[in-house]
Amino acid sequence: MNPPGLSAGAAGTSPPAIPHLGIDPFAISFFDDPYPAHQQMREAAPVVYLDRWNVYGVARYAEVYAVLNDPLTFCSSRGVGLSDFAKETPWRPPSLILEADPPAHTRTRAVLSKVLSPAVMKRLRDGFMAAAEAKVDELVARGSFDAIPDLAEAYPLSVFPDALGLQPEGREHLIPYASLVFNAFGPPNELRQQAIERSAPHQAYVTAQCQRDNLTPGGFGACIHAFSDSGEITPAEAPLLVRSLLSAGLDTTVYGIGAAVYCLARFPDQWARLRADPALARNAFEEAVRFESPVQTFFRTTTRDVELGGVVIPEGEKVLMFLGAANRDPRRWERPDSYDITRKVSGHVGFGSGIHMCVGQLVARLEGEAVLTALARKVGAITMSDEPKRRYNNTLRGLESLPVTFTPA
Amino acid sequence: MTTITFIHPDNRSETVEAEDGATVMLAALTHGVDGIVAECGGNAVCATCHVYVDDAWTSKLEPVSDDEDALLDGTAAERRPNSRLSCQIKVQPALAGLVVRIPDRQS
Ligand code: FES
Repeated sequence: MNPPGLSAGAAGTSPPAIPHLGIDPFAISFFDDPYPAHQQMREAAPVVYLDRWNVYGVARYAEVYAVLNDPLTFCSSRGVGLSDFAKETPWRPPSLILEADPPAHTRTRAVLSKVLSPAVMKRLRDGFMAAAEAKVDELVARGSFDAIPDLAEAYPLSVFPDALGLQPEGREHLIPYASLVFNAFGPPNELRQQAIERSAPHQAYVTAQCQRDNLTPGGFGACIHAFSDSGEITPAEAPLLVRSLLSAGLDTTVYGIGAAVYCLARFPDQWARLRADPALARNAFEEAVRFESPVQTFFRTTTRDVELGGVVIPEGEKVLMFLGAANRDPRRWERPDSYDITRKVSGHVGFGSGIHMCVGQLVARLEGEAVLTALARKVGAITMSDEPKRRYNNTLRGLESLPVTFTPA
Repeated sequence: MTTITFIHPDNRSETVEAEDGATVMLAALTHGVDGIVAECGGNAVCATCHVYVDDAWTSKLEPVSDDEDALLDGTAAERRPNSRLSCQIKVQPALAGLVVRIPDRQS
């Protein structure tokens, strides 16, 4: 990679230099408290350079939004992690949707959009709501428990694998597989290396489970395969598209629900507003996705020399987008560091933006709304009974443990 | 700037001067018109920017694309012949005086 900002300006007026920062956004110390570093990057310049991994970084809302919405210049087919698929062999066969560009992406995206459409969500709605009520009833009866395994993980596990049509056996591989996928977007640090070293059994499970014979009729997986009968995708592509749902459909919602419960436990005034008006549940979840940004980062690779924020990024460079920093950019958000369940949160980039915006966002919102509605109706008070513990992942931000007590309403 | 009127389910109306080139969804959001949620921020994923276009205007809009048609099948409020996604309607001078009604629910 070229050392940026050093060779520029030969023809008279020199463009502003790109600040070089020593921040390692994949270090444990960064994960423990990313906010001062987010602010430092946002205030340094529209585009920064991170010497630790030799990548460009964007942390302001405007530039993150611009990169997300120019997929031909900032491509995904060279990988959305640090690894450049033009130079390194990917650790698994690339995703046909996440790690693809138009026109190939357009076709696969259309299939997943139909499988996960608003009309499909309407059919799932009652079942998802009932499952959340049952789960919250059970937890209110228990009183004290750990809200990460017992709610944030247990609820999605009780609805999503069935909606997908997975076999009952082997589901314990789902969360480890997803955590592997999201660690693998990071640099070759310990988190990534260890995840890949331990990946073989999880990969074997996922590969087998994506085959048509292993998917229950009527589920998302079988629906994807049905599109290979009508020719929208090939039979060889179908299992890889099912894999996308296994990679990105479960752990992300675990982190999203965990984020929402953590917010409501920390901010009693917002919890009181939600209890007073359970119809705010859906927006309270959405605001938690902005506030915590469970998916913190993604990379793109430049396909040409491109001007961004007044500087030029050469072709073939990795650009790291800080979604979490953009979601708290004071240039875009009033009181960005407040969790406000009535905020007009449309436009946040917690699910991305543009052609790669999370195709499963409606499932995530349905799950989040279901859980928060049940909490608002059935729980009087949420109190933290011990210190929460953070879980470390190169891409995902969330907790390992959140001990709480629920008092009945 | 193009004048657009939003009518709420309780018949209260709000008229805004919308920026040409933006979408009707964005005009509502930037002018503080409630009732258009736009969860996906205009990326044609969510169908929570649903509006009923006043009959005088339906034929003056671009036709509904296949994608929009599929999304409209999933709106929370009833789909009607004049249902549209406001994030797919571009504000332009030819639409001066456009009237859209906001449904009673978006999710
Ligand atoms: S804003 Fe989501 S479809 Fe229009």
